[in-house]
Amino acid sequence: MQITVKLFASFQTGRFQCDVRSYPESTLVSHILQELAIPESEVGIILLNMIHAKSDQSLAEGDILAIFPLVGGG
Amino acid sequence: MDSFLKTLQKKARENLISWSDQQLIAQEFQLTLAEAEEEILQAGFLPTRYQRNQQMISTRQQLHLFQSRVAVIGCGGLGGYILEELARLGIGQIIAIDPDVFEESNLNRQLLSTMSSLGRPKVEVAKQRLNDINPAIRVTAMATAFTKDTGQSLLASADLVVDAVDSIATRLELAAVCNHMKIPLIHGAIAGWFGQVATIAPGEETLQRLYANWHHGKGVESQLGNPSFTPAVAASLQVAEVCKLLLKQGTPVSRKMLTINLLTMQFDEIPLP
Repeated sequence: MQITVKLFASFQTGRFQCDVRSYPESTLVSHILQELAIPESEVGIILLNMIHAKSDQSLAEGDILAIFPLVGGG
Repeated sequence: MDSFLKTLQKKARENLISWSDQQLIAQEFQLTLAEAEEEILQAGFLPTRYQRNQQMISTRQQLHLFQSRVAVIGCGGLGGYILEELARLGIGQIIAIDPDVFEESNLNRQLLSTMSSLGRPKVEVAKQRLNDINPAIRVTAMATAFTKDTGQSLLASADLVVDAVDSIATRLELAAVCNHMKIPLIHGAIAGWFGQVATIAPGEETLQRLYANWHHGKGVESQLGNPSFTPAVAASLQVAEVCKLLLKQGTPVSRKMLTINLLTMQFDEIPLP
């Protein structure tokens, strides 16, 4: 299935901004985080089709996944 | 008050009252500088320092800003710029809260850090700076950490709170206290080339959503650091939100987050309903 993955802020560094990628059926958000070597501890928010999602959610054909890092400096 | 008005009319140049006249007026009518500034605005005259504000901020609105009380939590990277801009905007009462002293590693980005301020409490330096900008501003400097226990007394009577802290744990406590006290919170956070800003009305749980996956520790700023320009950008956006909220103008970044990427110059609005 085709998933559009959008990365924000520091997650783009060494990866990409937006990419349409192929994954097997029943892929979870956490599988994509692992594939992209994004530690879950660094993840702030995950939006699946613009709605808040958790890393154990499964994906469906055509989904748009956006991943933001935790930003906390002041 | 007739003589007060007559004095203003005599001294005003195109409705503007100079600083030296504001001082003379305060002396003549036995007012503090803050009281004199408020009375001048109340009478429809404008202190000359606000001359360049007046195309976008009316004298009545300038009075409203002067009568407003804004608390800034954190006087470091974001906080230094926020305090500077609030003072120049004309906020009349500013509460500055920070438990720390300035260190050498602050010099790359924190506006209030200078060679002469190293080792001094950040809030003390902030108070001196704001007094240098406008002695009529009433500054409350609290060299203490914000916690959910101290929060209520620290924020008492604040109209708005600006988040300039450097800890996610403290931010979540700040959001809870503001929500409980029904005070709007202007959130800002930075890391390297990146930042985020959100305006949170009482009852909204934007920060709890933003940091829902957080368990402990810092965000990516611990790996990315912070340069000189990112705090200035995020802080300026936060102060624009303060101005809009107090003057009830424009559209705030409400129920969403503005995410800032200065490496690609991308600004994205992320809905957080």
